[in-house]
Amino acid sequence: MTQRKRLSTTQSSSQSARQPGTLVAQEEDDDPTFTQPSTSQVQRGLEKLTSAQVDQKTAEVVQYFLVKDQKKIPIRRADLVKHVVKDYRNIYPEIMKRVVRTFDQVFGLKVVEIDTKNHTYILVNKLETVEGASSINSPTNPKMGLLFVILSVIFMKGGVVREGLIWNTLKKLRVDPGEKHEEFGDVKRVVTDEFVRQRYLEYVRIPHTEPAEHEFRWGQRADMEVSKAKILEFMGQLHEQDPQSWSQQYREAHSSPNSTQASTSSQR
Amino acid sequence: MSRQMGDSHRRFLQTMMVNGIVDEQGARTLYQHCCETHNTQYAPDKLDEFIDTINSKLQPMFMQIRKGMSEDNGQQYYALVNMAETDVTRMSSDYADNELELFRKTMDLIVGSENGKASSTDILNSADTMTSKKLKKSETEHLLNRLVHDKWLSEKRGEYTLSTRCIIEMEPYIRTMYQDQVKVCQICHNIAFQCQICENPTCGIKIHNPCVARYFKGRSEPRCPACDDFWPHEIPEVRRPKSQSRR
Repeated sequence: MTQRKRLSTTQSSSQSARQPGTLVAQEEDDDPTFTQPSTSQVQRGLEKLTSAQVDQKTAEVVQYFLVKDQKKIPIRRADLVKHVVKDYRNIYPEIMKRVVRTFDQVFGLKVVEIDTKNHTYILVNKLETVEGASSINSPTNPKMGLLFVILSVIFMKGGVVREGLIWNTLKKLRVDPGEKHEEFGDVKRVVTDEFVRQRYLEYVRIPHTEPAEHEFRWGQRADMEVSKAKILEFMGQLHEQDPQSWSQQYREAHSSPNSTQASTSSQR
Repeated sequence: MSRQMGDSHRRFLQTMMVNGIVDEQGARTLYQHCCETHNTQYAPDKLDEFIDTINSKLQPMFMQIRKGMSEDNGQQYYALVNMAETDVTRMSSDYADNELELFRKTMDLIVGSENGKASSTDILNSADTMTSKKLKKSETEHLLNRLVHDKWLSEKRGEYTLSTRCIIEMEPYIRTMYQDQVKVCQICHNIAFQCQICENPTCGIKIHNPCVARYFKGRSEPRCPACDDFWPHEIPEVRRPKSQSRR
């Protein structure tokens, strides 16, 4: 619980870090006890440790990442050092190197630093999603369907939308943010808190609006995990229209490398 | 010899991470699907080798894909287990301390029972004796639902049992924690909760219900495999999964 609170505060600060104008006193990298050790420091640190000790610590960090990733919560370096790395902070770069390698080689996941100022990491899947497979093997998460709709609207509207548009769209789909939904519970909380915390969405107040109005953008995790080409394909099916007819979106969807990769997988 | 992992292994592992547990048939389907997706060779009889390859890389992370039998239907299951923390504390990221206390109490009730079950009434009553922050009746009911949803407990007609995943994952913990109470099945030698017990007081061995079914199948007069006394319980039918491959 405390973790959740802490995370939501960091998240708001990192969000504002992307738009420096809107924020005043930004919390400094609130990790004064940790500075990246130098290569020679790491070397000296490693000499004092057995390889079993380093392996053990690597395993602990991997486990920590996995637990956080279950809820798609970004991992802060400060928390990682404080709660897991602890006395091994002098060899932190070496441990992270091994952690990154393990995720890559064993789990097919990529460790991505989504915030270089506050040093926050998430895990991103390196394996392409395969059409039709999820239904046999993994229980589909209905919230992901909700998210997909919202991301689609944002993308089709050029990257930013006012929240009213999202709520109206959802209402048309019989998902009323003002009512408790039997599948999603508190829809507004899921969209503006959970998806934001997981970095699928950004939800930012529009300056000088009274009463306060907010707008939605894609979050960093969505940028990395969700294929725009696939969204466009889906829109094409929905409207019985050639995806290329949305020329601006089509160009955007096929310019970033990760989306073209995902689109080939869906053609299989 | 540990073979290198490929994307087919990684995909299999990722699916295991999402599901926690799959039955044998599901594991086979998944194995085939992963191999086909990544154009690697698929050999129907090599599932266990395929999993061994994953396990050899998981071992340094104190994780493992482990096989075990369901006490309900006797089928084999594969569960991804965490060996770093085999006890209840591994659930601590999902449950509060008082919730874990109630789970421990439920385990006490199940292990202490003859048939491996605890009724919801008994669990609710045991909530009164909690030392940490007490749970209200409605909170306890909600928690039990969550434990079932997260596949730690199973529920049937108001009676709770330890789920297959829970038994596979926590077996080492249960064996140490409940040394004097836990008995293993005479037939398969795994710990037994839902089972039949020999009524000869000097014997009292346990056999899982599905093991009973298999062991006594086709015998006219069932006798205890340990003391040779008459086996007085009803012999359940052998349950065959729909598309089980022949052994």
